[in-house]
Amino acid sequence: MFEKSETIDVSLIKDILEQYASQPGSLITILQKAQDIYGYLPEDVIYAISDKTGIPPAKIIGIATFYAQFRFTPIGKYLIMLCEGTACHVNGSKLILKAIHDKLGISDGETSEDGLFSLKTVACLGCCSLSPAMMINGETYGALTPEKVSVILEEIRSKGGD
Amino acid sequence: MKILVGEGSCGIAAGAGKVFSALKKALPENARLEITGCIGMCWLEPIVDIYIGNKLIERLVNVSPKDASLIAQAIKTNDFSVVSDLRISSSERGFYEKQTRIALRNCGVINPENIDDYIKNGGYESLKKVVLAMTAQEVLEEIKLSGLRGRGGAGFPTWFKWNAAKDAVGDERYLICNADEGDPGAFMDRAVIESDPHSLIEGMLIGAFVIGAKEAVVYIRAEYPLAIERLKTAIRQAKQRGFLGKNILGSDFSCLIRIKAGAGAFVCGEETALIESLEGNRGMPRIKPPFPAQSGYWRKPSNINNVETFANVPWILLHGGGKYSALGTEDGKGTKVFALTGKIKRGGLVEIPLGKTLREVIFEIGDGIRDNKKIKAVQLGGPSGGCIPESLFDTVIDYKSLSETGAIMGSGGMVVMDENTCMVNMAKFFLDFTAKESCGKCTHCRIGTKRILEILERITKGEGRLEDIDILKELCFAVKDGSLCGLGQTAPNPVLTTLNYFLDEYEAHIVDKKCPAGECIALRAYEIKPEKCTGCTLCAKKCPVNAISGKVKQTHIINQDLCIKCGECHSVCRFDAVKVR
Ligand SMILES: Cc1cc2nc3c(=O)[nH]c(=O)nc-3n(C[C@H](O)[C@H](O)[C@H](O)COP(=O)(O)O)c2cc1C
Ligand code: FES
Repeated sequence: MFEKSETIDVSLIKDILEQYASQPGSLITILQKAQDIYGYLPEDVIYAISDKTGIPPAKIIGIATFYAQFRFTPIGKYLIMLCEGTACHVNGSKLILKAIHDKLGISDGETSEDGLFSLKTVACLGCCSLSPAMMINGETYGALTPEKVSVILEEIRSKGGD
Repeated sequence: MKILVGEGSCGIAAGAGKVFSALKKALPENARLEITGCIGMCWLEPIVDIYIGNKLIERLVNVSPKDASLIAQAIKTNDFSVVSDLRISSSERGFYEKQTRIALRNCGVINPENIDDYIKNGGYESLKKVVLAMTAQEVLEEIKLSGLRGRGGAGFPTWFKWNAAKDAVGDERYLICNADEGDPGAFMDRAVIESDPHSLIEGMLIGAFVIGAKEAVVYIRAEYPLAIERLKTAIRQAKQRGFLGKNILGSDFSCLIRIKAGAGAFVCGEETALIESLEGNRGMPRIKPPFPAQSGYWRKPSNINNVETFANVPWILLHGGGKYSALGTEDGKGTKVFALTGKIKRGGLVEIPLGKTLREVIFEIGDGIRDNKKIKAVQLGGPSGGCIPESLFDTVIDYKSLSETGAIMGSGGMVVMDENTCMVNMAKFFLDFTAKESCGKCTHCRIGTKRILEILERITKGEGRLEDIDILKELCFAVKDGSLCGLGQTAPNPVLTTLNYFLDEYEAHIVDKKCPAGECIALRAYEIKPEKCTGCTLCAKKCPVNAISGKVKQTHIINQDLCIKCGECHSVCRFDAVKVR
């Protein structure tokens, strides 16, 4: 389940571990902050967390895999979170999924070849009255149509290098 | 004069941030331009409100950045006729006028990032009254008198839960706010936190005072970054003003509030699973009893309430429980917020006194269905709720009446569906959700939801059998009975209600191999209308499986055995010659 490619600098989470490792019940917070840094949870980082907190790696992985938020492989520069909640479903989120696939060639959980985009479907972004909706790196886009999605993705791609 | 731009998440997604920047540039430097939260009229976003004092004098809707200079001119000359195109119409104003706003009293009115705005509107008055002049028992009596019931779904009387936590044996106690808002299709709690975070803080502090908690936690979904940001700001401001922390307002009551971000698991909305998650574990529900009131967070007495429940509390203490219970019905007092979405014309955030009918909300406030389609049903309560058909729209909105339909009040998701929504597919959608979100602890929930889903998948593919209906029912009751927590106990509701009210749709799929709503792809058939086909060959060229044949300038034909129903021919045809059945 892990991707071993690059070497990971585990010292980046030193401060986080110092702050939280001894606080009971903070494992999820630690994992969230680690994922903020690396974009995913690399194996070495899980071991480092285990070392400092005393929680066995298997238990950490058991907890991390329970929650939809955690990833174990790197993601693209832009994470598209496409809503598949009830309102978005009723208003045609499937067509948006297809439009993204047509444009970028990726399905749920995949990353585009140029490493720019990853796609993840989520349950609800809370923007149901502007459904169908998606969020890209924290910015929400609503009232989507396949054409609109294509324009948005093109815009991001064209400034993608920076 | 004050200019407010609605910047809840929906407003921002509609472009309110850009409108704000454009106005900032266009207006003179000393103009009072501020943000506000969710105004509730999401279909009209971005919205710009102009106030003189506390009076709203103009509401401009669907504003775009290029309107900024005209708006600035109108403000300067105090002549809004130049922007009359942007003015809200009187019929649209009706959306607001038919509501009663208590939990949402400040939403879209105050600047959520400015504590003074909240204080000016009576904020923290209740807290003052409570910590300086009331006993816990007196507050409890007021909440009891109000008849307030939990707004998170189960509808348990709030005073009862507070009383149980207050009287439980133990030295430390915790108060928890459930802001996980798991129902996909609902956003009441997000809107309250983004638009009026201090009312949540104040409500929580009053709850903490009653039960005797010195520490409180807000468990909030990670998908709500803006709500988290605004709540953080609000907590910081409340601390600075002495509303939060040690010896609040000089009393001997002390309390801290922390934020904990969820990590994406629907079951963590269930209170004992939420507690497990707060403790850093997998969010698997605990066996009840003991209830959280006796043994909750860190096995100490704890009380958990929903965001909207808390948001009502300061109002109740300020105006009296009697005033709150004067609204509503015998079974449900006060008001309830709904997120009205789906195929509705006016989708947004709605707060009504309990006792209104579904029809009033959907047609009078929501203005009915878009695109002149026929309305079919409304879904309440998300994955735990059910679909109510149009024939029952005169049902009164309170806990008991809604339960009698097989649906539930739920947390406030109200998704409207039209004739193009397939009810079998809808049931499949929810079971797909609950099967994925089941924590796996109970066999019936883990495997039962999966088996139900498989049958529904078969039916939507046209491979259903008549006996499937009975098997579905049997499975549904088994899952209901065999599950520990509310997730499994209610997961079959979407199936049972659609079986009850839309059996004909199930039968059409199974017997006639047709999807009456035309939504199930496998049951569609594409045909070429000879009278319209010009023989342009475009569809034949685009068909990915070469299922279309025909000579140039002659009618083309689709080979049904080869067709994969992708719809490409339908979307490329320029002569409307491909029909879908
Ligand atoms: C599967 C499941 C999901 C739930 N999700 C939520 C939720 O997202 N928000 C919420 O407030 N309550 C949710 N609840 C209800 C809570 O368990 C609990 O009843 C509620 O938070 C209590 O607050 P209240 O009394 O103020 O309603 C959920 C229950 C179940 C069984
Ligand atoms: S259902 Fe898509 S944002 Fe809520």
